[in-house]
Amino acid sequence: MASEIKQGTLELVNHLPILQVITPMLIAPILVVLNNKTLSWLLSFVGTLACLFISILLVQAVSDGSVLTYYLGGWIPPIGIEYRIDAANAILLFLISIISAIVLIFSYSSLYAEIPEEKHTLFYSCFLLCLTGLLGVVATADIFNVFVFLEISSLSTYVLVAQGAFLDRRALSASFNYLIMGTIGATFFVIGIGYIYMATGSLNMIDIAERVSQLGDNRTIQAGFAFIVVGMGLKLAMVPLHVWLPNAYTFAPTVVTCFLAATATKVALYVLIRFVFSVFNYEDNFVNELFFLLLMPLAVIAMIAASVIAIFKQNLKKLLAYSSLAQIGYMLLGLSLMSQKGLASSLVHMVNHGFTKAALFMSLGAFMLNTKNVYIKSLRGLGKSMPFTSGAFVIGGLSLIGVPGTAGFISKWLLLEAALETGYWLVAVLIIASSLFAVIYIWKIIEVLYFSDSSESYSEVGALILMPIWILALFCIFLGINTSLTVDVANMATEILFK
Amino acid sequence: MDSNFSFIYGHLPYWLFIILMLSGLFIVVSRGNLIKKIVGLNIFQTSVFMFYISIGKMKGGTAPILLDKSADDSAVIYSNPLPHVLILTAIVVGIATTALGLALIIKIREEYDTVEEDDIQKMDQKDLKKYNRNNVLETNS
Amino acid sequence: MKHHLILKVITKFMVGVIVLFGLYVQFHGDYSPGGGFQAGVIIAAAFILYGIVMGLENVQKVMPIWFAQKAAAVGVLLYALTGFFSIIFGFEFLNYHAISPEHPKHGQHYGIILVELGVGITVTFVMIAIYYSFAGRTPHLDDKEW
Repeated sequence: MASEIKQGTLELVNHLPILQVITPMLIAPILVVLNNKTLSWLLSFVGTLACLFISILLVQAVSDGSVLTYYLGGWIPPIGIEYRIDAANAILLFLISIISAIVLIFSYSSLYAEIPEEKHTLFYSCFLLCLTGLLGVVATADIFNVFVFLEISSLSTYVLVAQGAFLDRRALSASFNYLIMGTIGATFFVIGIGYIYMATGSLNMIDIAERVSQLGDNRTIQAGFAFIVVGMGLKLAMVPLHVWLPNAYTFAPTVVTCFLAATATKVALYVLIRFVFSVFNYEDNFVNELFFLLLMPLAVIAMIAASVIAIFKQNLKKLLAYSSLAQIGYMLLGLSLMSQKGLASSLVHMVNHGFTKAALFMSLGAFMLNTKNVYIKSLRGLGKSMPFTSGAFVIGGLSLIGVPGTAGFISKWLLLEAALETGYWLVAVLIIASSLFAVIYIWKIIEVLYFSDSSESYSEVGALILMPIWILALFCIFLGINTSLTVDVANMATEILFK
Repeated sequence: MDSNFSFIYGHLPYWLFIILMLSGLFIVVSRGNLIKKIVGLNIFQTSVFMFYISIGKMKGGTAPILLDKSADDSAVIYSNPLPHVLILTAIVVGIATTALGLALIIKIREEYDTVEEDDIQKMDQKDLKKYNRNNVLETNS
Repeated sequence: MKHHLILKVITKFMVGVIVLFGLYVQFHGDYSPGGGFQAGVIIAAAFILYGIVMGLENVQKVMPIWFAQKAAAVGVLLYALTGFFSIIFGFEFLNYHAISPEHPKHGQHYGIILVELGVGITVTFVMIAIYYSFAGRTPHLDDKEW
C-alpha cells in the first residue's frame, strides 16, 4: 500500500483551542464514575482552573490580531470541523472560564444549603457539561457544531435550573418553560442553518461568508438569517421572547444563577454577532434594515421596560433578573448600531456585565445563606452584621448603575459615544434614563441594607464564600480602571469582525 | 399543467414541512397539558428532520455508497449524505430533550399533583402570594 | 411463572437474539449501515423488553442502576480518550492516523471502531437509565390490570 507515513508533528501548544473545550468534557464522566462529592468538587475546580489557564494563553496568543485555527481529526475545512479563535471569542472564552472557576469556589460551601448532598456529584458533572457547551459554541467555526454545543449547554442548563426544586418547587415549572422555549429557539436555529446549507452547500463560517457574498440578494439566505435571529433571540432573552428568563434565574440555585447570568445569554449574543459579521454580509441592506427596524426598538424597550419592572420587584433575585434583561438590551443596542464603536461597546459590556451580575447574584446568595430568602425585607440592617458581603454588593450595584471608576461606566460610556457618533441622540437619552432607573432599584436595596434597623442579627459568612465575591467585586473596579484587557481586545475584535 | 399549480406540487416536501412545523408549534402554544406540549415539540422537531432529509435528495441520485472501485463512476449521481448525518445528531438531541422534558413532567406531577399548565400557574400564584404576605416590605416602614 | 408463560418463554429466547443482532450492527458500523447509535438502542431494547415482561426488579438484578449510570459515563470517556490518544501522539484531536501511523487506513478503521464502541456503550446505558428512571416511578401493576 502506497500510503505516506506521517508522524505527529503538533506540539501541545497547537492543541489549545480544542483543549479549552475538551478538558471539562473529559472530567465530567470521570466524576460520575468516581462518585465522590469532595473529589468531584476538587476535580471540577482543577478542570476550570486548567480552562482558565488555557484561555489566558489564548487571549495572549490572539491579542496581536492573529487567528488560531484547529482542524478536528485532521480534516481540512470546509469538509472537516474547524475551530477558530480570534480576539472576539478569546475574550469570551476567558470570561466563561474565569466565571466558572470563581463560581466553583463559591459552591464549595454554599451548595450544601441548596442541593441535597447525594446529588452533588451529578450537579458538578452537569455544570462541567454546561461549561463544555458554552466554550464549544464560542470556539467553533462550524455552524452545525454551534447548534450541537448550544444544545449540550442548554440541556444541562435545564437540569441545573430544576435543581432549585429542593428549596422551591416553582423551579420545576420554570425549568420546564425554559425547556420549551429553549428548544423552540434551538429548532428555529437549525431551520436557519438548513436554509444556509441549502443556499451555499457549506457549514464552515468562512466558506459560507465567501459564497454568500457571491450569491448577492438571495431570499433563502435572508429567510435563514431571520430564523437564526429569532432562534438566538429566544436563547438570549431578547425582549418579547424573554419570558423564560426571570423565573429561571429566580428559582435556580444561586451557583447556577450566577453562572448563567454571567455567561449563557452572552454566548447566545456572541453567536448572533458571529453570524452577522462572519457568516452573513453585514453591509447587506436586509441585515441593516432588520437591525434598525427590529432589533434597535426592541433593545430600547428592553432597557426601559425591564428597568421599570425591576423597580417594583420585592424578590431580589427577580429584580436582578429583570435588570439582566435591561443589560441585554444595552448589548443588543450596541450591536444594532452597526458601527465599530457600537460593537466594541457591546463586547466590552458582555465582559463587564458578566463580572458585575455575578458579583451581585453571588452576594445575594451569601445573604440568602443567612436569611433563607431573598426578599428585600429580610435584608434589613444586614449592612452592619454582614459588612463584607454588603460592601461587595454595593460595588456591584455601583458598577451596574455605571458610576465612574467601575466596570459598568466604561461600557456605558462607550455605548453612549457610539450612539451619539451615529446620531441617535434620542437613544443616548434613553440610555441615561435607563441608568437612572437602575439607580432607583439599587438604591432601594442599599437603603434597606444600611439605613434600617434589623430585627435579627446574623454573623458574616465564611472566608471561602467571601473570597469569590470579593474577587468579582475587585474585578468590577479593576476593569473600570484598567481597560487594556477589555477595550483594547474588543477594538481588536471589532477590527477583525468588520474586515 | 398550470405553472401556479406546479408551485405547490413542485415543492411538495417543503409544503409538508411547513404544515407539520406549524401544527407542531401550534400544539406547543395552544395546549395546556404538559405532555401534549412535549408531543407538539416532537412534531415540530420532526418537521425539521424531514426538511433536512429533503434538501439532501438529488433527482435520480442513489445511496452514497461506492459500489465498484475500479469502474469510472463519475456519471453516477449520489444523494448528499451530509444532511442525514446532521439530522442523526439532531435526532439524538431531540431524544435527550424529550427525555428531560418527560422527567421534568414526572417531577412536576409529584410536586403539584397535576400536569395542566393552568392549575400549575394557579398554584404558583398561590405560592407567590404566600411568600409575598410574609416578606413584602411595607412602603412606609 | 404461571402467568404469561408464552410471553416469558419467547422473551427469554428473544433477548439473546436481540443482543446478538445489536452486536452485529455495532461492529459492522465502520463499513456498512449501522453503528453505535443504532446498536445501542437495539441492545437497550433487549433489556427493556426483559424489564417489561419479567418485572423491573428482575432486570435490575442483571443490570443494577448504579452500573447503568457509570457505564454510560465510561462510554463517553472511551470516546474522549480516543481523541486524547491522538493529541498525545502529536496529531489533531480524533485524528485516527495516530493509532497506526504506518498504515493510516488501518488507523481509521481502529479509530472508528473505538469511537463507535464508546457511542454504543453510552447509548445503551443511557437508554436503560432513562427506562429505569421512568419505570421506577410508576405504581406497581398487578397481573389483573394487564
